[in-house]
Order: sequence, then C-alpha cells, then structure tokens
Amino acid sequence: MTERAPVAEQIPDFSDYRGVWVNVQQRDGVAAPVSWQLLGQAVPMARELEVEVGAIVVGYRVRHLAEQAIHYGADVVYLVDDPVLERYRTQPYAEAVARLIQRYKPEILLFGSTNDGRDLAGAVATIVKTGLAADATQLSIDRETRLLNASRPDFGGKLMSTILCKRHRPQMATCRPGVFPTPAPDPTRTGRIVEEPLGLSEDDIPTKVVAFLPEERRVDLASARIIVSGGRGVGGPQGFEVLRELAEALGGVVGASRVAVNAGWISYEHQVGQTGQTVRPRLYIACGISGQIQHQVGMQDSDIIVAINRDPNAPIFRLATYGLVGDLFEIVPALTRRVRELRQRLSQQRDVGPTPRSAASTAVGGNGTG
Amino acid sequence: MHTVVCIKQVPDTSEVRIDPKTNTMIRGGVPSIINPDDRHAIEAAVTLKEQFGGRVTILSMGPPQAIAALKEAISLGADEAVLCSDRGFAAADTLATSYVLWAAILKLSEEEPVDLVLCGKQAIDGDTGQVPPGIATRLGWPQLTYVRRIQEIDFARRYIRVERIADGGIEVLESRLPAVVTVGREINEPRYASLPGMLRAARYQPRIWDRNFLDLDPEQIGLRGSPTIVSKVWAPPRRQRPPVILIPDADRDPDAAAARLLDYLLKDGVLEWAPAPVPAAE
Repeated sequence: MTERAPVAEQIPDFSDYRGVWVNVQQRDGVAAPVSWQLLGQAVPMARELEVEVGAIVVGYRVRHLAEQAIHYGADVVYLVDDPVLERYRTQPYAEAVARLIQRYKPEILLFGSTNDGRDLAGAVATIVKTGLAADATQLSIDRETRLLNASRPDFGGKLMSTILCKRHRPQMATCRPGVFPTPAPDPTRTGRIVEEPLGLSEDDIPTKVVAFLPEERRVDLASARIIVSGGRGVGGPQGFEVLRELAEALGGVVGASRVAVNAGWISYEHQVGQTGQTVRPRLYIACGISGQIQHQVGMQDSDIIVAINRDPNAPIFRLATYGLVGDLFEIVPALTRRVRELRQRLSQQRDVGPTPRSAASTAVGGNGTG
Repeated sequence: MHTVVCIKQVPDTSEVRIDPKTNTMIRGGVPSIINPDDRHAIEAAVTLKEQFGGRVTILSMGPPQAIAALKEAISLGADEAVLCSDRGFAAADTLATSYVLWAAILKLSEEEPVDLVLCGKQAIDGDTGQVPPGIATRLGWPQLTYVRRIQEIDFARRYIRVERIADGGIEVLESRLPAVVTVGREINEPRYASLPGMLRAARYQPRIWDRNFLDLDPEQIGLRGSPTIVSKVWAPPRRQRPPVILIPDADRDPDAAAARLLDYLLKDGVLEWAPAPVPAAE
C-alpha cells in the first residue's frame, strides 16, 4: 500500500451500486461514538453523490440503534437482529454485512477503525473481494468519478496518503475514531428500516464469547474535555504523578507522548499521536513534549493548547495557544495549587446550590498535596 | 502440531526520512527489521513449541532481501522458513497479499496439516491489520485478533481459549482449531537469539516460492490483484493557528505565570466547572 502505482484503467460501470453506508458498531446495545461521527461524514458525501445515506445495524435487540442512526442522518437502516448476534463475533457479523452488501449494493461503506471494526472490515472486504483503506482521517468525494478519497497520515504523520478503489465496489474504509466531530442528533428525522434475517444458527459459529471483562479504569482520552499530557521532559513515572494531580484538579485525564510510553513511564492506553489515539479536547496541556509531527497529528485539533517546555525552540510552541518556557516541575504544581484554590473558593460560594458533577468527583483528593 | 507464523520485513519507521521535493520515502540507509508485532507472534509460536512440541514454520511475502528477516526468525527458534517472492507480487495491497499467503499456507498444510497461524496484529509501515482477517476468511478458519493471552490450547481436542482486547474490554473467546490468531506486545517478551540459533540461521536457506510454484491466478496477485491504490502522497497543510501567546517569566516566577495562564483559561471558558467570567463590555 505504500507503493505508488500508475493505473490508467477505466472505471467500470458501477451504476447499480448506489448509496453511502456506515456500519454502526455497538456493544450491549450502545453504539460506539465513531458510528455517529461517520454518519456525520456520510451525509455531505451522499448529498454530493445525490444518493441515500445507509446505516448497517447488526446485533441483538438493537432496533433502537436503527432509530438513532436515522436521527444521526441515515435515510435507510439495514437491520439484522438475531440472538446469535448478541456478542460481536467475526464470522456471523461479517456474513451479515457481506450479505447486505451483495443484496443492496452500496458504493461506499465506512467502518470505525477500532479493534472490532478492523476485525470485521478485514473479513468483509475479503468475502466481497473489494478494496479496504485503513484508518482514514480525511474523507472526500470526487463528484465526477464518484470515487472516495480516503486519506490517512503515513510515515509517522509527516505525509498524507490518499487511497482509491477504482475497479471494485463498494469502496470501503476504516476510519479513525475521534477525528470527525459527532453531529447533533435530530429526533424529528424520519427514515426507513429494512430488516434482514441472519440465516445462521449457533451451530454454524466456530467461536464463543465465554466472558467479557469491561475495562475497569478506562482512560477515555477520546471523549476527554481536558487532557494533561507528558513527554520526554517528564523524566520518569514519578513525574507523571505531578501531571496526574493537575489532571485531577482540572477534571481531566492524563495523556502521554510515544517517548514516554516507550520508556515505560506510563501505559500505552494513555498515548496520544499517530500510533496512539487521536484527541480533540477543549484543553490540551503538553508538558515536556517537544511536539514531533507524530504527536501533533494526534492532538492538533484541540481547541486550546498549552505548551510547557524548557526549550523555547520546541516545535510544540508553534502549535500552542499559550506557551510557558520553564521547568514543568515548578509550573505544573503551581498551576495545580491555583486550580485547587479556585475550586475550593467556587464550592464555598455555591454552598447553597448543588455541586456540579465534575467538581464533586474531582475535588481535592485526600492525598497528594505533599 | 504445526504452527505457521506470518511475518513482514519492514523499514524501521522511526528512522524513515522523507524527500521533501518528491514526497517519497528515502529508502537508502533505512534499516530493515522484522515487524515488531511479528516478533511477538514468533515468540508465542516458539513458546508453544517448547510446551507441546511440533514445528514452527515462518512465512513471508516480499522481495529477496526479506530472507534476512526469515533467517533472523530461525535464530529465534523457528524450524523452517518460506519466502513467497516473485516480481509479480510487487505493489500488492492487503487483499492480494492475503491471497498469496493463503495459497502458501495450503501448500504448507500438504506437508503437515497446519493447526495454528500466528500473525502480528499490524505492520508498522501500513498499520492496516487487514492481512490476517484476509487469510482467515480465505481459509474459512476462525480469526482471533488482538489476543493478549492464550489461556488454553489443546491441539488434540482442536480447542483454543484466548483473551482478546475487544472494544471496551477484554473478552474471553473459545474457538476450534485451526485458527488465525493475531498478537501484539501485550502477549509476551520476545527472547534474544540463542547462540545455537544464530549458528543455525547463518547456514539456513529459506525456501522461495513463486507464483508458478503456488499456481496462482495472475489476476489476483500484485498490482492487478489489488483493489486499492495509493493515488497520491501529499504534505498536509498545517492548520493555521494564531501565534502563540507567550506567558513571560515562567522560569523566574512560575507561580505568577501559572496564575496568568489560569486567567486566560477561565476567559476562554475551557474550564467547564468554573462559571463563565463576566464578559467585558463588547
């Protein structure tokens, strides 16, 4: 996929393939946010192609998700609802999606590039023998050729590559969660729900999910509103304690650069960047992060970026809204102290009224003031 | 029992440089390595062999220089190695790649039935993770992706139970064998090559299979067999941001700098637990 290839072939006649579809990923009847993010992208693309927006909902007792998909922009929802589909498993899900493709022929189909989404999309593309672009972060339509341009950062984020699928349909792509904004649902929207049978029984499935252990203390970077992130300058796992205190005081979570994760100072689930997660919080505080391209691609869409770094020439300052050149081990604790004071003042003022949710859960913890 | 490990030789992307004029990778001088996740797959296979006996075959598709990666895998404890190499395989995308590897696994199964295929969960030069599902789907075998632990495996009963990193948690999956399992760095700590391993690798010559040997359909290999193409590689325009507001004296008076920063953040309204400041007269 990294080779450049001149292809001068004609695009075959695909006029029987119409519609821009999104696979709605769900677990226990709750949709993954990336599903709605992708519907937000599908709507303008379908308008450009003058076709309908389709959504695929596969699962058990998931009719409510079909209705939600309509609120988020689907004109038609293809629903496969069967007890066999209670838990995600590759084979029955892939067969259900492949059958919908073969029957209703969408020209474009998008998946979230989560573990389950990639697992599914890779199997579906092989069944229907079509092209699958991986981990797209930009989507656009060439109206004349009706081709999907699925683009993604490559080479550690230094460049973008645009992937095309000219000779096969549907054009499929997995797309990065958190890159596209989640649209506002419109509960007045209406659409059609087309129900399809699965046609498989439990005996046909070679795998069984015997247990599911939800992540206990999930680091939810993707939906965090405030992220305090550390890099090489944090110096070690103890350094991250200082950041954790600030994150707690602010009601945010801790992120990290690849350098810090590779050094073993903090676990991979905290990693922001090309090989970690893409985030777009309201506030991103980068502490001791120089700001390599590979990190930037994961956080450049944050609303406000604060850079705290000793090196005034660090690239992060070219991205930052506010810059502080200095020692993070002096600045961050000072900021933590001031945030705590402010919150204490605010909660005293509000003694009569209810404490806001976020304040209640993150107010000064018992320890860690030393 | 027979385990096949699919590996890929990749450029060490931490050292990749880009030619700013042509927007292409400068390949010269970039070291080639075994894809990091694939090392964990090799380690998992060798560990299973130590426990249960049997044979580990390394399988790769690539140009002749990938022989170096296969020999390294031999030094890590694998028994045999096969490289699928043919000019006609060039520019293959994931669909065309899984076609060749599928055919090679069928060929290997003729020598000794394959019980398990292990792969790294994705390659650092493509980050797609699509080849293992392609192989599993073509074989009609279950795919168990993003596995962090093999809890139990019983080759006689053709049974495997794994912990899989699923969306939102860990799932415990039971499956029949043969199956395709993909792993990442969570599963083990790869060993270093042993001295006997290195000696064996130095003498070892992997078998090389081409499209004729594998009896492949020319329409399904290489560029022709690849539905996706990279149409262009471009430098992303940098998002226009206003110049940074530098808060002065953060090194000399960090406390005052912190106070000023907090004022800015309150004014920007990004601290949602704080009341919006009284707006100045517009």
